[in-house]
Amino acid sequence: MAVQILIPTPLRVYTRGEKVVTVEAGTVGEALRALTERFPELRRHLFNEEGRLRSFVNLYLGDEDVRYLQGEETPIPDGQTLSIVPSIAGGGRWSSGRWITRR
Amino acid sequence: MLNLNEVFLTNEEIRRYSRHLLMPEVGLTGQKKLKAASVLIIGAGGLGSPAALYLAAAGVGRIGLVDFDVVDESNLQRQILHGTSWVGKPKLASAKARLLDLNPDITVETHETVLTSANALEILKDYDVIIDGTDNFPTRYLVNDACVFLGKPLVYGSIFRFEGQATVFDARVGPCYRCLYPEPPPPGLVPSCAEGGVFGVLPGVIGAIQATEAIKLIIGQGEPLIGRLLLYDALSMRFRELKLRKNPACPVCGENPTIRELIDYEAFCGVPIYEHEVRTEFDIAPRELKAMLERDGQGIVLLDVREPHEWEICRLEGALLIPLRELPERLHQLDPTREYVVYCKTGARSAQAARIMQAAGLRVRNLRGGINAWSREVDPSVPLY
Repeated sequence: MAVQILIPTPLRVYTRGEKVVTVEAGTVGEALRALTERFPELRRHLFNEEGRLRSFVNLYLGDEDVRYLQGEETPIPDGQTLSIVPSIAGGGRWSSGRWITRR
Repeated sequence: MLNLNEVFLTNEEIRRYSRHLLMPEVGLTGQKKLKAASVLIIGAGGLGSPAALYLAAAGVGRIGLVDFDVVDESNLQRQILHGTSWVGKPKLASAKARLLDLNPDITVETHETVLTSANALEILKDYDVIIDGTDNFPTRYLVNDACVFLGKPLVYGSIFRFEGQATVFDARVGPCYRCLYPEPPPPGLVPSCAEGGVFGVLPGVIGAIQATEAIKLIIGQGEPLIGRLLLYDALSMRFRELKLRKNPACPVCGENPTIRELIDYEAFCGVPIYEHEVRTEFDIAPRELKAMLERDGQGIVLLDVREPHEWEICRLEGALLIPLRELPERLHQLDPTREYVVYCKTGARSAQAARIMQAAGLRVRNLRGGINAWSREVDPSVPLY
């Protein structure tokens, strides 16, 4: 079934600017595979070398974190949206490179 | 917090806060709570500006600010605490003057320092609520862990381009930042505001949400944003809300914490490499490139990997434009017999481009510091942006 995946701004450079990507998938894992097949550059941003989802990338099915559902095995009900929510650090400061924490 | 029985409002304060006093949710008791309260804002920048202004206006009795930077012209597009006359001067002096002008009845404490594992607990411990308005992962993890150890609520906000996130972390009753993001992304994977840009009003919206949450926590009204991540998209003008859960395996606030004291956050996040600090093995300094072009201008191809809207601002003479995102598909357009020098704004994207080109067998160098360094070191007629 068709699943809509919401792509956050930092990752849109790898989806040729697309905000919403529609793929055919039954589970979260299938949706991610279909997504990275279409946009191979996304793969290293979503998965680590062992092929596991990176811990700084959160996936939400509707408003639920898939980690608290069945992870990549989570079935996607009809009409549900999958959102990728990456960590962003921006505070609207001009990154000067001097804001560095040292012990 | 001070004992409310010892807090009084003067007649001037009653006039100033009359619009608060008219609402039973705030009222005299709430206003006294605000006067007795203290909030620490980390970063007097995009998020810290509106947060500090609203907290000062609302009558939060003691506001602390942590920053060490000076006001730069490029801050003024969004950092509304600071004015043009303060460019080149310390942000904290600017902030203090502005906040005390807005409300002379409050106390503004300035901590002109980089927040570190050595000073964070000492600085944070004297405040009731902490607002995170920083711009980098090491400081965000540091502030989170310090708040968990001290048992303090942390009002979180972060922004990128047109999108923002906000929530309230309070490990005593809900998740912390590490429950949401156990680890930071490796340096360079997520572009910063300096590289990616930020919509000037965006920190206004997110910073005002942070101020709202801080005030609600202080007066004990409403439903705090605990356990909920608010996502805001300015372009589509949509707010969404995601559920956040406390992670029982969280290394800092979980059932068996493995982190019991502040750690080395630079090491944890990888050194926070900012764009102009990106160093690669194929770097070329701006002056070196200038000499090279003067020696043999014909043999070298300048390749600009920025976006077309940046190309419109400025470019190097004779350069070819292929935005980084199109590069993998357009590699065949490059000539393997030529030597390339790639550049972007600050050298980070072009370093990625250089790696892609090198892997494809092309001869390539990366202009260190990008076109901005060229502007500073070689040709000031090229605008710095």
